[in-house]
Amino acid sequence: MKLDNADLELLLLIRHFERALLELFEAGQLNGTTHTCLGQEYIPVALRTLLAEEDYVFSNHRGHGHYLARFGEPHGLLAEIMGREGAVCHGVGGSQHILRDRYLSTGVQGESMPVAVGAALHLKRTGSTGLAAVFVGDGTWGEGSVYEALNMAALWQVPLLVLVENNGIAQSTPTTTQLAGSIADRAAAFGVRHHLVRFQDLDEIRTVLGPSIARVREAGEPLVVEFLTSRVGPHSKGDDTRPAEEVERAAARDWYRRYAAAIPDRFGACDKRQRELVEQIVHEVASRPLSTWDERCLSPNA
Amino acid sequence: MPVTERVVENLNHALHGLFERDGSVYLLGEDIKDPYGGAFKVTRGLSERYGDRVLATPLSEGGIVGVAAGLALTGDKAIVEIMFGDFIALAFDQILNFASKSVSMYGRRVPLRLVVRCPTGGNRGYGPTHSQSPQKHFVGIPGLSLYELSPFHENDAVLERMFRSAEPCVLFEDKVLYTRRMYRDGVVDDLFRFDYADPDREFARVHIGDPDDADVVLIAPGGLVDRALAAMRGLLLDQEITCQLVVPSRLYPFDPDPLLPMLAAAGRVCVIEESTAGGTWGSEIAQAVHSRLWGKLAAPVRLVHSADSVIPSAAHLERDVLVQSDTIYHAVQEMFVG
Repeated sequence: MKLDNADLELLLLIRHFERALLELFEAGQLNGTTHTCLGQEYIPVALRTLLAEEDYVFSNHRGHGHYLARFGEPHGLLAEIMGREGAVCHGVGGSQHILRDRYLSTGVQGESMPVAVGAALHLKRTGSTGLAAVFVGDGTWGEGSVYEALNMAALWQVPLLVLVENNGIAQSTPTTTQLAGSIADRAAAFGVRHHLVRFQDLDEIRTVLGPSIARVREAGEPLVVEFLTSRVGPHSKGDDTRPAEEVERAAARDWYRRYAAAIPDRFGACDKRQRELVEQIVHEVASRPLSTWDERCLSPNA
Repeated sequence: MPVTERVVENLNHALHGLFERDGSVYLLGEDIKDPYGGAFKVTRGLSERYGDRVLATPLSEGGIVGVAAGLALTGDKAIVEIMFGDFIALAFDQILNFASKSVSMYGRRVPLRLVVRCPTGGNRGYGPTHSQSPQKHFVGIPGLSLYELSPFHENDAVLERMFRSAEPCVLFEDKVLYTRRMYRDGVVDDLFRFDYADPDREFARVHIGDPDDADVVLIAPGGLVDRALAAMRGLLLDQEITCQLVVPSRLYPFDPDPLLPMLAAAGRVCVIEESTAGGTWGSEIAQAVHSRLWGKLAAPVRLVHSADSVIPSAAHLERDVLVQSDTIYHAVQEMFVG
């Protein structure tokens, strides 16, 4: 099986990062909430080589994998979630409100879509070859802002890349009971290209999407990529109401099991390494002093 | 008295000047392109001269404000025209949860140069969903400043100030004010003069010649100026009550400190706005004044606002609901009874 070492390391870094968060919550060591991307890690990892530094990336509530795939640096993110020194946003934003360089996540469904159109418009007007990528879920398609944004993106032909992580469930609501028709037809209604990705193989994803994403950059044509994926874990913390057999079906599709079976030696060694790495990072970050928010008083409102 | 430009012309010229000086300014809105030039003609001539930066949009207020916030996030300056201020409700999420949050929720100041312009107010017969004054719904949002169009405040300076703050702002523009004239050279009319209470010209004040001589201070945003002046004239001539009017450019945040000496000297304060009753801007101002001047006022701060009602279409019904000059007249008169 062909799997780049860097990709495997990143996949397992994200997996163990997310598992560590759930454990920290169980142990009462985390404040607030978190949404893990267990089972969906391969999506941002596959996209890693297709996105460029000049691209804007808009992430959502389930964004740890998106962040780690872009920066490969877990300390600042964990410190952010734990409210410790070195937090990428000083502990103000927390799990779902992160800004670093051209990466931004925010917590309201669909809100980033028009904002991404604005960023894409800026890129187009400044002659950049960058694009604005937005991660959304299947549930996000209930929000009107998605359609307002698609309409403007198509009318103005801006480089907008919509990345749909369709995991078949919106919190506790199955997609079949909250989404009429299909995402493909909805994109088609705006004359926006739609690409369905059913497989999880990184090389296959990259090969198939490469030319389509290049067209977003070169021609400023918006594109919707829909990944059919599985949420292996809960929506947030131990709130999975799905029947056991359904959770098992999702787990059966998990890349983690398949890679463990296909390349046991390489996988096992890397898995152990990354698990220990995350353990060390958790230990180190947890021992840091609390984060400080120094810039809050700079607002003219203060 | 020389004829000065109309308020809508002053705003239009300010926008032209801004586009001329700064290539990073964008304008987005519905029907804003020439020859139509916007429902109230504020944007006239802009698309002809700066076409590629003037974007006529679909009917998508939330989406437009989001796009503008995206432009602002990438370093541009963006102005959005909401056709009727009532429709800003459709953009509330983008303003509350994205634009105003983004300036501080990432732990450091993120500059976001975004101005949302809203034609507001009634007395034009447009009915319940096209006549509201939604200012009060935006009071108290961290990272969001509220301004109001006024015949005393030059719009090029107001626009520059909003962008200099590098945070999202809403500019409320009373529709009736558009066709009125700007006041210049310290003269309002045969009776009243005006100057500014502070060097930054944040607070315009109107008086009969001596700013220290007032029985009561009226505080009102730009849209209420005409009605307040008519009431002040009547109160002076019929009741011998001398009013001073203070018109702030920025409604929120509101720093009353520069006004405190004059408020304390008069001892009576009346805050006027067109919003309907309940959770008003005026109650916010009253609380700020009370907490600073408790024991120094001759009477509680008086609030004048429209009735607790939807705004009817028919002229005779609408008149009864909205603040008029006689509403102000009677409210101020009552402050001197007993």
